[in-house]
Formats: sequence, structure tokens, C-alpha cells
Amino acid sequence: MTPPARPLPTGPAALRSLRVRAPAGFAEAVLERLDLGAADRFVLVRGPAGDLFVAFSGEGICAVVPAALVGGDPERFARRHRRATGRAALAAARPPAGLAAALRSGKGVALRYDLAALTPFERAVLGATLEIPSGEVRPYGWVARRIGHPRAVRAVGSALGRNPVPVLIPCHRVVRSDGHVGNYGLGVPMKRALLGAEGVDLDRLERLAEAGVRFVGSDTTGVFCVPSCARARRIGPAHEVAFRSADAAELAGYRPCLHCQPVPGWERSAS
Amino acid sequence: MAGTAAPPGDLRQRLAADLEDAYPALVRAHADAVYGAALRLSGSPADADDIAQETFVRAYRALRRYDVARRRTLHVRPWLLTITVNLWRNERRRAARRPVTVATAAHNGARAAPGLDPPDAGPGPEDRALATDAGRALAALLLRLPPHHRAPLVLHHVAGLTYPEVATTLRCPVGTAKANAARGLERLRALATTPTEEDP
Repeated sequence: MTPPARPLPTGPAALRSLRVRAPAGFAEAVLERLDLGAADRFVLVRGPAGDLFVAFSGEGICAVVPAALVGGDPERFARRHRRATGRAALAAARPPAGLAAALRSGKGVALRYDLAALTPFERAVLGATLEIPSGEVRPYGWVARRIGHPRAVRAVGSALGRNPVPVLIPCHRVVRSDGHVGNYGLGVPMKRALLGAEGVDLDRLERLAEAGVRFVGSDTTGVFCVPSCARARRIGPAHEVAFRSADAAELAGYRPCLHCQPVPGWERSAS
Repeated sequence: MAGTAAPPGDLRQRLAADLEDAYPALVRAHADAVYGAALRLSGSPADADDIAQETFVRAYRALRRYDVARRRTLHVRPWLLTITVNLWRNERRRAARRPVTVATAAHNGARAAPGLDPPDAGPGPEDRALATDAGRALAALLLRLPPHHRAPLVLHHVAGLTYPEVATTLRCPVGTAKANAARGLERLRALATTPTEEDP
């Protein structure tokens, strides 16, 4: 071989030029091996009716599971989470911002959710459900009207049954229009417990529904509400008027409450 | 280049507070230094990938056992490279015990053709962009140094450790690390000016 014209540089600067970058995807390969690649994080927090495992990704909260359902065992929760989502779940030191406050107040609206795995319809259903205030309930039909699919009542029920973040997105606040509390993915006793913890008087609502009452109005304000509306609960017994339908309320000259919006989209259809 | 991303103190705080949360940042911050050291120590991109990945896997398992105080005071890069060097040494020992001459053949390949790519895999795209003929020749010369000369040079110049850190990593006095690096540099210069054919 012919020797090089100039001697090969072998000093410190030449050695520094031997620095390289790790191959593309190197860090991802390592994190994948460690199950840290696409891992969600989770915390155990106190809920309104028992402790909850709450899992979250970088996008937001993606799963809520009552601790009692997995015997309070983080490993069992992580296995269940992997089965349900295909992602690992690792214990986090801190809950996502706002979680504790949302659980205290029953207002899940301010939290960020990761619902990427759901269909647009399911996301719409959960979005409407988020608007139901703590301590109030709405019929399945209300949610269906709210998302512009008034006839999709049964589909709304199915979508709520697949809610991956119960309690925070309050599918327990959606009940049957006949006054019965309706089904719940975590069991009817849990639904009753959650509503009870929010101060919903289920007995009163069932009594009203059995008597055929769907809406109540105040003869002093001329406004009608769903029976569980916070405004409706302030109507004195002497001024409470019961209605079997929105049409009956309208015929009597009442307008829908702006707070509970008893018949979403009703103003549009009426005009 | 070696050394990017978050300031080390910040990363240590995060490691102490929440290992799972901080570990991806640790891998990204030190991947180049660890991979670069593994590549220049072993001379083989495939071995470097194995050694560097294994470094981060073992480091994670060790960190999970460490308490918060230990994580907060850890000198991450020298600690990682200690693992890298041990893995490289084990790999050499394992290769040396192999009855067939795979390792010997690879070693001879490097000896016989200092100007060529390492015999297996070949450099990755990033490596290729940086590689020059002179760089490849120097990398090959480096592989002809005895391990105790090669290691301090690679750790200091490629992985960016200070000599006290090199000494910690190699478990030797600082003076020894410096002296071995100096002898390594001399040897490299000698190899570079000696025609290949005459080298034993």
C-alpha cells in the first residue's frame, strides 16, 4: 500500500472527531425494552365513592378504574390497563393537574382527556355528558338531542357503557327518562352511590317520574327545568308546576331553563 | 456530539422524584456518548448497539433499586460509562473464550485493513455522514491499541469525560488514567507513521 502523503492526524482533535450520534431510533428501542416507550402513568386517588386508579398519557386522562375492582392492587390495575389499551401503565409520583379538585367538585370539565381510541360519536356523547353538573341527572334522550342525534338514544347508552373515564366524565348522571336509574358499567349500586354522594335525591326523581312528571316549572318565573336542575330544587312547593312534556310546558307559556337546558335543540325546532 | 439536553442537576432532581418520568430524558441526553464510546471501544456498530442498549437497560434496573438520595447525587455519565466499559470487557472475554476464531478473524480484519470499514454491519447513516477516510483510518488504529490504552482515550475524547471521571470509570488513579491516555496517543502517532506491512 502507498503510505499517505501526510501522516494521519491522531491528536486529541482527531479523536474528538470520532464522536458519533447514536443510530436513529436508539432511545426508542431502549425505552421499548424497558416498557417506558408508550407507557401511560397512573395514580391512586380518593374518589367520591371509593378509591380510584386514574391513568393518563401525555395527552390527558385515559382510564379510570375503581380500586375495589382490582383489589386495590397496582400490578393488577397495570395488567388490566395493558389488556384494555395495549399500553403499559407505570406508577406516577404526582396526579395530573386539577384531578383532586375535579374529584372534590365533581367538575370534570376542566381536565384534559385522552380519548383518541374512541369513535367521534363516542367522543361527542362523552363531551355532552361532561356538561351535566354535579348533583343533577339527564335522560339518555337529552344527551342524544344535545349531540344532534335525537333518535340515537340506544347508541348513546352503548357509548356511555364504554366510557373509559367514568366518574370524571359523569356517565352516572345519565338516567332513564322513566325515572329509573338505568344501567352502569361499574354496576347500578356504584351509580347510586355516586349520585347519592353528589346529593341527588333518587327517591324524589323516581316518584316524579312514576307520576309521569318529566319537567317542573316555577309559576313565578315561568321557567321549566329537568327535575334535578339546581334551579328547580329551589322552587318552593307552592310555586312548583309539573309538566308531562316540553310541549305542555310551552303551551302553558313556560320557557326552558338556560341552566339545565331541559330540551336541547328545542328552541330551534319550536321556531 | 456528546452532551446535550437538560442540565445534569435538573435531570438528577427529576430522576430522584420520578424515575419513570425522567428516564427517557436520561437516555436521550446520554445516548450519543454511550453509543459513541461503545462503538470506538468495540469497533463494531452491531456490538456497539448491543452494548449501549444493554447499558441503559441495566442502568434503569439499578436506578430502580437506588434510593432517592443516591439518585440525586449520582454522576450519571461516568456511572453509565462504567457499565458500558464493563459490558465491553465482558464481551471481549466472551469472544476470547469462543473456540472458533470469529473474534480473531474480526480483529485480524481490523489489523489487516486499517483504512476499511469494520468487518460487520458498517456504520449507520449518522455515522456515515460524519465519517471521513481519515476518521475511519483513525478508528481502525484505535482498535489496534491495547484495551488499557484505548479505554481512557475513548472515554475522555469521545465520551467527553474529565480525567477524574475516566479514573472513576476505570477504577484506577487519575495519574494512571492520564498516563495510559498519553501512551495511547503516542502509540497512535507511531502506528500512523509506520507502514502497515511492517507492523507485526
